[in-house]
Amino acid sequence: MVFALITCVICSAFICIAAVSLKTRIADNRLLDKQKKVLIVTGLMEEGEDISPEEVTKRFETNIVARVIDLETGEYVPEDEIDPHTFDQQSELSDPALSRKAPPNTAQVSRLPLHAQVYHVMDGDKIKKIVIPVEGKGLWSTLYGFLVLEDDTNTIGGITFYKHGETPGLGGEVDNPKWKAKWPGRKAYDESGEPAIRVVKGAVGPPSEDPYKVDALSGATITSNGVSHLLALWLGEEGFKPYLDKFRSEHGGTEAG
Amino acid sequence: MSAFGKAERHILIDPLFNDNPIALQVLGICSALAVTTTMDTTVVMCIALTAVTALSSASVSAIRLYIPHSIRIIVQMTIIASLVIVVDQILQAFLFNISTQLSVFVGLIITNCIVMGRAEGYAMQNPVWPSFLDGIGNGAGYSLILLGTGFIREILGSGALFKHQFMSLASEGGWYVPNGLMVLSPGAFFIIGFFIWGLRTWKPEQVEAE
Repeated sequence: MVFALITCVICSAFICIAAVSLKTRIADNRLLDKQKKVLIVTGLMEEGEDISPEEVTKRFETNIVARVIDLETGEYVPEDEIDPHTFDQQSELSDPALSRKAPPNTAQVSRLPLHAQVYHVMDGDKIKKIVIPVEGKGLWSTLYGFLVLEDDTNTIGGITFYKHGETPGLGGEVDNPKWKAKWPGRKAYDESGEPAIRVVKGAVGPPSEDPYKVDALSGATITSNGVSHLLALWLGEEGFKPYLDKFRSEHGGTEAG
Repeated sequence: MSAFGKAERHILIDPLFNDNPIALQVLGICSALAVTTTMDTTVVMCIALTAVTALSSASVSAIRLYIPHSIRIIVQMTIIASLVIVVDQILQAFLFNISTQLSVFVGLIITNCIVMGRAEGYAMQNPVWPSFLDGIGNGAGYSLILLGTGFIREILGSGALFKHQFMSLASEGGWYVPNGLMVLSPGAFFIIGFFIWGLRTWKPEQVEAE
C-alpha cells in the first residue's frame, strides 16, 4: 500500500516537472503550427515548405488580420475590448460567463463561445478571403480546423484540420493534401442561403458539376459525417451565418441569401 | 561483474539477430507497420522505444526487491506510462512536426509488448545495469527491423529517403511509379515476413520444431 503510494507520487512528480518546464515551448510550437495552418489553407505557404518560425510569423502578420466577432450578432468586437491576437476561443468555452449551451446539433458541440475569431486575408486594403474556425465531433475526437471562404462568402477556398485524434490512415486522412484539394471552388450555401456543403459517399464530380458535395474518405464514414455536421453547424444560424450575412451586405456580395 | 564483459555484450547483441523481439519473439508488430512509411518517423520511433525500454527496465530493476508481488504488473505499467508521457512531452517541445506525424503512436509505446515483456521477463529478475543493457539491446533489435522496413517502404513507396526525393515520380514528370502496396500496412507485413524468413534461413535454430 505504502509502496504503491510512493510509486504514484514519484511518477506524478516526474511527469509534472516535465510538463511544467516544457509548457511554454509546447504552447509556442502549437501557436506557430496554427499560424502555419492558416497560411497553408489560405495559400500563403506551401504544404511542407520549410521556413523559419520568424518567417512564418512575418508572413502571418503581413497578410492576415485577426478579428474577434460576437458570434450571435455577427458584429466586430472593438479591439480595445478583446485583443484579437491574444484571444483564445477555446478558453471561452470553459468559462460559463463567456459561453452558452449550444442548441441540439449533429456536430455534438456542447457549448458555443460568445465571441469567435475570424481571420481576414488582405490584399492591400481589400479583404480577399475570410478564415473561420470550425470544430465538431469525429469518431474518436473533436476535429478543430479552419474553413476559408472567398470574399463572396460562399465559394470555399479550402479547409484544414489543425488538431484531431482520428485514426491515422482512415479518419486521419482529413490531413491528406489530395483530399483537401477537393474543396476549393465548392459552394458553402445553396441558392436559398442555407448551408448546403456536405461530404458524401460515392463519386463526386468537379466543383462546376457538384458544388455542394465533397467525396468522403474511404473507411472513415463517421469522421466524414462529422465534417459535414460541423460545417452545417458553423455555417448556420448558430455559427458564422449572421457574421457572413453582415459581411456580404457591407461588401456588396453577388450571391443570393 | 564488469560493465562491458562478455555477458553484457551478449545482452546487447543477442536481440539483434539471435533473439530479435520482432522476428523471433513476435512482439511490437503494430507500431512497426504504422510508423515505417517514412524514415524520419521511423528513426524517432526507434529512439523513443529504445529509451523507454532501457529506462523502464532499469527503473523496474532498481525497485524489483520492493515491489509487492501482487501489484507488480500495475507498478511496471505506471513506470512505463510515466516515461512515455514524458517522452511525448519532449517530442512535442523539440520535434513538434515529427510528433504530429507520429500522433497517437508515441502514446501507444505504453502498449508495446516489448516494453512490458522486458520489464516483466527480464528486469524483475536481474540487476539494474544488465536490465538497462537488455532494454537497449531489445530496442536495437526492434530498431534494426523497423529501419530496414522503413528504408524499403520509403524508397519503393515514394521514391524518397528521409524525404529527399531521389527517384523522380512519374506524377511529377519523372520515371518512377510509386509502389502503392509499400505505402499500405500490408506492405510492411510482407517485408517483415521476408525478414523473418531470411533470418531463419541464416539461423535455422530459430525455426520452431513442427
